[in-house]
Amino acid sequence: MLKLNSKLIDIKNIDSIPSENHSILKISTNEKLPLVLRSNTAYLIKNEMTPYGFKIYLCTQKIFDIYKEDITKLPHLILSEELSYLDNNDIVKIDYIRGKINVLFRASSQQNSILLTERCNNYCLMCSQPPKANDDSWIMDDVEKLIPLIPKDTTEIGFSGGEPTLDFERFIKIINLAKAYLPKTAIHILSNGRTFKDLCNAKKYSEIKHPDIMIGIPLYSDDPILHDYIVQSKGAFDDTLRGIINLKRLKQRVEIRIVLHKQSVKRLRQLAEYIVRNLIFVDHVAVMGLEMIGFTRANLNDLWIDPYEYKDDLSDFISVLDNYKINSSVYNHQLCILNNDVSHRYRKSISDWKNEYVKECLGCTRISECGGFFSSGVKYGYSKHIKAYS
Amino acid sequence: MGKFFDISCYEESKDYELLPFKFDRFDENSYIITNIIGEYLIIENHDFLDFVNNKISQDTPLFKDLRAKHFLRFPDEENPIELLAIKLRTKFSRLANFTNLHVFVVTLRCDHSCPYCQVSRKSESIDNFDMTKEMADKALDFVFRSPNPAIKIEFQGGEPLLNFDLIKYIVKKAVFLNLSYNRDLQFVIATTLSLINKDVLEFCKEYNIFISSSLDGTQKIHDKNRPRAGNNSHFLFENGLKEARETLGFDRVSALMTTTEESLNNVKSIIDEYIRLEFDGIFLRALSPYGFAIKTKKYMKYDTERWLRFYKEGLSYIIEINRSGTRFVEHYASIFLQKILTNNDPGFVDIMNPSGAGIAAIVFNYEGSIYASDESRMLAEMGDNNFRLGSVLTNSYEEIILSDSLIDTLENSFSLSVPMCSDCSFEPFCGTDPVYHYAIHNDVVGKKAESSFCYRNMEIIKHLIKLMESDKEIKNIFMGWVGAC
Repeated sequence: MLKLNSKLIDIKNIDSIPSENHSILKISTNEKLPLVLRSNTAYLIKNEMTPYGFKIYLCTQKIFDIYKEDITKLPHLILSEELSYLDNNDIVKIDYIRGKINVLFRASSQQNSILLTERCNNYCLMCSQPPKANDDSWIMDDVEKLIPLIPKDTTEIGFSGGEPTLDFERFIKIINLAKAYLPKTAIHILSNGRTFKDLCNAKKYSEIKHPDIMIGIPLYSDDPILHDYIVQSKGAFDDTLRGIINLKRLKQRVEIRIVLHKQSVKRLRQLAEYIVRNLIFVDHVAVMGLEMIGFTRANLNDLWIDPYEYKDDLSDFISVLDNYKINSSVYNHQLCILNNDVSHRYRKSISDWKNEYVKECLGCTRISECGGFFSSGVKYGYSKHIKAYS
Repeated sequence: MGKFFDISCYEESKDYELLPFKFDRFDENSYIITNIIGEYLIIENHDFLDFVNNKISQDTPLFKDLRAKHFLRFPDEENPIELLAIKLRTKFSRLANFTNLHVFVVTLRCDHSCPYCQVSRKSESIDNFDMTKEMADKALDFVFRSPNPAIKIEFQGGEPLLNFDLIKYIVKKAVFLNLSYNRDLQFVIATTLSLINKDVLEFCKEYNIFISSSLDGTQKIHDKNRPRAGNNSHFLFENGLKEARETLGFDRVSALMTTTEESLNNVKSIIDEYIRLEFDGIFLRALSPYGFAIKTKKYMKYDTERWLRFYKEGLSYIIEINRSGTRFVEHYASIFLQKILTNNDPGFVDIMNPSGAGIAAIVFNYEGSIYASDESRMLAEMGDNNFRLGSVLTNSYEEIILSDSLIDTLENSFSLSVPMCSDCSFEPFCGTDPVYHYAIHNDVVGKKAESSFCYRNMEIIKHLIKLMESDKEIKNIFMGWVGAC
């Protein structure tokens, strides 16, 4: 697992940096970067070449020890070893006061997800990112600075939360910003959809006219009571459903997302039939395995079910969607605990900085096709039916 | 970390209210309930009573099913109404498009002399049973008055290929006219394939014409049903089929079967013949009581019960074929299943509400008369002009479309208001056939209690639902037949 934030080992010579507590900077490893770009860029030292004119220089302790003499003179930060994966075009936030560095964007990842807020109007039993109530609008201040730095050839970025649409005007502003700075970058949003129960909001969103945008909205059951219980908010089902209908009325692309656990698998077949009957117009249905972090661990008794036990229900679910030509994907699962009849929908998906394998996987011949585990799963529990393919 | 609440906290404190539904006894122990867009539930007798008396507890699976299928809601809940409205609009959306299928009877002449023929047969050589260019021109003007963005022109007969020159004329002219009308224009020739040849196929290829052919079963049955000089109907069909598929493509050639007495004991061999010839489905049709069939009382020789046994035997065989991995569709079932399992209406003229007569399909007869449906012209061939809407030679589009004989027929047969249909729980899956009921009961509404149309459809629908309820795999097979439509 990659660490995305880290304490800096050392900060030196930053007096020359204008008075600010932190900066959001793109990293370069290109010693020939045009001079005019250097003053706003951090240079990541990997060898003896230390070009001049960069705003700040980053290196690991190892590199520092080798090229100490040159580096000492420069405004520089020493990174802990766990950030040695940093590379060209990555974007970081450096907090000079607290001596912290935070990785906001990794150019080599296809799955950069940008958090807009930690606040939320749901309180899901299995939330992986437990919501906080504080004003955290500084996060969106950062995002507004981040977007212009993201490489223009980025294929896709995601926006998530918390509930990213809670400050709706700000949310719209950020999507507009992304469209303006990254016209060729697809956007995927994770939202509970409740904000869009107001048709005016759905209209404002559709009026952005982003050419390639999709909004992923969780719908956990055809039963409003069960859905509301899972997201711990009365009336959530109604709002979310209305949000989906409003967005589709305005021809926006909508994905339904379902995290599978002991509660949501109860009526999986009924949910499939509900979707094909009432929401046949959605663009994609994503089914996900449970991640053993956040609230999940507190509610483990109510949530944990060995995926092996629901594999037939999942096959059935996918087959109904297939019959009605609804596109679907199965994420965050291990190949060996699912039936073969869902393999055409299986995605090797767990984020690249999260996926790991367990001892049972040793010698498995299909490991390269398999998404493996979240590291949380490896740590806190996983299916008893993991078995290496031979 | 905040506190999490128990699921019971998310139940409603108010009583639920019923949304509109219809019900019928399904069997000894249960009722079927359906709503206007055709979602259904089978519920046990005592549950049914609890349901209507507001006694179903919110934590039961039945309650959740009833709520998800929009049989009940809580006061002020708007989404169920909104969703029902969306689904209802979808179900009836094709009505706004108006007439799609335009049938041109280009000749009554035929090289076959089938005893059950639904149109009185005429000898092959008599010329005054052909449509003329003048009539075709007028009919084409009529076709493009339809507001439908998709227009289908189907050539029927007799054997339409006996007047192939006129077909060519109509196709070319329609394509030319369409340069300015810009519709999604499609052509179909309904032929036994006995007269198909290279010229015909090349023409069909050039103009993207579909072939709708006839196959009644194995050679024995087919040739018995379809006598012609040389007694080689099946042989010519099989050769024609191969050539047509090779020239036009597999998906361009379909086949329809006619059920006769001969078929009744041979449903498996008929289905096998379709499979052998690599069709991906079959339409196990009932014999209609028109034309020679009604005159010769051929259709009286077996009753609906007998046909239903034939049908159910065939369907169960087809289900087994699907179970063993070969997708093969029974099209009669799929028409009902589409209404049961989706919000779409397949728009099948004989099982539509309102009736498809005139507004889903319209027929231009060889002598210029316009009929509300294929059946209407068959009735006229027997001397009853009740559904003759007028003539292309003397009447305007408005006169035809707004004619009393069409409007009254549609109005009087609208199943949501027809006695015994309006409160029938199978109504959302069924349709209305005013021409049939007129032919048999001398009344477009008909006597439903005596109607074999009614009886047959209800039996099939019940049978399909029973099959699905008894076996999830069958339900999945059925979904595979209709989900993508």
